Amino acid sequence: MTAILEIRNVTRRFGDFAAVNDVSLSVASGEFFTLLGPSGCGKTTLLRMIAGFDDPDAGEILLGGKDLTGTAPERRPIHTVFQSYALFPHMTVAQNVAFPLKMAKRPAEEIDRRVREALELVHLAEKRTSFPHELSGGQKQRVALARGLINRPRLLLLDEPLGALDAKLREEMQIELIAMQRELGITFVFVTHSQPEALALSHRIAVMNAGRIEQMDEPSKIYGFPRNRFVADFIGHCNMLEARVADATPQGLRLEVPGLGAVAAPPADGARAGASGVLAIRPEQVRIAAPDAALDLQNRFGGKVRDFLYVGDVTTYVVDLESGARVEALLANSAPGRAKFFEVGDAVQVAWRHDAGAFLHG
Amino acid sequence: MARRRGERVTRWLVGGPPGAFLLLFFLLPSLIMIVASFRYPGEFGGLAPLFPAGPGEEGGLTTENYRVFFSDWIYFQIFLKSFGVAAFTTLVCLLMAYPIALLIARSPHQRRDLMVLLVVLPFASNFLVRVYAWMIILGPFDLLFTRSAVILGLVYVHLPFMVLPLYTNLEKHDPVLLDAAQDLGATGWSRFWRVTFPLSLPGIFSGSALVFIPVLGVFAIPEILGGIHDWLVGNMIKEAFLGVRDWPFGSMLSLMLTVCVLAVAGAAAWLAARGLQRA
Ligand SMILES: Nc1ncnc2c1ncn2[C@@H]1O[C@H](COP(=O)(O)OP(=O)(O)O)[C@@H](O)[C@H]1O
Ligand SMILES: [Mg+2]
Repeated sequence: MTAILEIRNVTRRFGDFAAVNDVSLSVASGEFFTLLGPSGCGKTTLLRMIAGFDDPDAGEILLGGKDLTGTAPERRPIHTVFQSYALFPHMTVAQNVAFPLKMAKRPAEEIDRRVREALELVHLAEKRTSFPHELSGGQKQRVALARGLINRPRLLLLDEPLGALDAKLREEMQIELIAMQRELGITFVFVTHSQPEALALSHRIAVMNAGRIEQMDEPSKIYGFPRNRFVADFIGHCNMLEARVADATPQGLRLEVPGLGAVAAPPADGARAGASGVLAIRPEQVRIAAPDAALDLQNRFGGKVRDFLYVGDVTTYVVDLESGARVEALLANSAPGRAKFFEVGDAVQVAWRHDAGAFLHG
Repeated sequence: MARRRGERVTRWLVGGPPGAFLLLFFLLPSLIMIVASFRYPGEFGGLAPLFPAGPGEEGGLTTENYRVFFSDWIYFQIFLKSFGVAAFTTLVCLLMAYPIALLIARSPHQRRDLMVLLVVLPFASNFLVRVYAWMIILGPFDLLFTRSAVILGLVYVHLPFMVLPLYTNLEKHDPVLLDAAQDLGATGWSRFWRVTFPLSLPGIFSGSALVFIPVLGVFAIPEILGGIHDWLVGNMIKEAFLGVRDWPFGSMLSLMLTVCVLAVAGAAAWLAARGLQRA
């Protein structure tokens, strides 16, 4: 895979505050790449620099190996889908979609044909003469997408494009987005603060926090092997137990968790005896069972159900351990004839494998 | 049901007084003027009685004023000249006001109010004083009592009426639209002609109406800055009422002016609607 977009040590400061701080990344041709991070972490600022609306204070941005510095936004083969759609209110759907081709001075009959194709691609052929204010949110979103894609940019930037849609429509659009990206083979750089969205859509994710990239990897790696406390906490749910390394061997770690005692954990890079950090373990890795059940697991603790959250397919139980620590455990509601396994106040035991979870420094 | 009635009462209470005001002070005078244009002038100004007291006395209704108007080219010429001057003034105002309005609309928020204040500041001093000031300014340049002086004065006085509606419109434009246009390949020039300009058409229309219509009725500026040859419709109407004291003739002129303005406005609205449909 060849890198189409390369960002090298890019920094952007507003006053003393670095909105984007020494960010480097590279996006492969045809990739669906996502910038994921909480609001205010610098995603839009980075996107605006790629599009050319803002310049880095340091570092460089390359497209297809060529430095983009000094190239005006209108000359970059990069198009953006804005969160607010930014459809031209005085133009019809067809005129909006035709705009990039008009600017590229394509012949009229070619514009006509390609607009028709693009509108068919987004299922809006019958809306070609409507004005934006006559469309629903999802339809506007599709027009913005068609307009961004029609002139086949080398890179399509999408800044929280699904943020304004309601949950159901969002899911529909996510599926269409994946299909469209695969079909057209255009490289997407997608921005979102929604981690399920990022996990569902992307080939690769860069998790951003406070202007920096915390981790960059495939969704399953990001979720399964978060590199630090921030990523573990931001992506999905995670139990975080303060821990100190008591013993480190190549086979695994023995952690000392205050109030809980010894806990076995998988090996971690650079974890030496005496280091402190957290044990991050996902609720679905934690088994929950009746106190008398025989669980052949190394890490096993007794507790009481404090609360539970029933969401249909699964239930999350919040368990107060005898030692005072609190752990969340996930249980699938798939046993026949059963909808609920434990009530608030029930005595239970929680357990997890010795190689589950991860020790994170700091 | 009760809520509905409550709404209706509220609507009448709110809409009633201004409605009555318009009825009394706009519609009624217009009707009086229409009737007056068909009457005879009184001996010392005013109107001759509608029902003559005795034989030999003037009175009643007549179409004489209209006959005079339509049988002499001079009126047509003055009307045409007035519309020409008004149209030209409007155009100059538009060309000057657009950059000003755009500049204000694109300035930082905290500076805009001050700039708008500067635009309307001339209203704080008397209109006649300001026009006389132009006499002093234009005197040394040999421009006084020319058509250019009249246009200059008209543009100067009416410029704020163009700037304000344009600014109000331009200020509302979402800047992200320009970003989108640029992102999709539009150069500065295309961004203006394809986004800013079409979106500002409503502002252009209202600004133009606010300049064009008052300029048609103006008489003080041509009188002070223009020569006797630069009479506009406004001067004729004023002269009819205050000079020769022929109220019926003045009423007829004013009525014809109103009809012409409505015709122009109607044509403009029709063209605009057709333009929008095609665009
Ligand atoms: N033009 C600007 N001037 C000053 N601060 C800015 C500017 N643009 C963005 N910022 C700041 O930079 C940070 C990152 O903003 P942004 O990139 O919009 O975040 P995100 O898109 O991830 O929500 C924010 O704290 C924001 O206040
Ligand atoms: Mg943002």
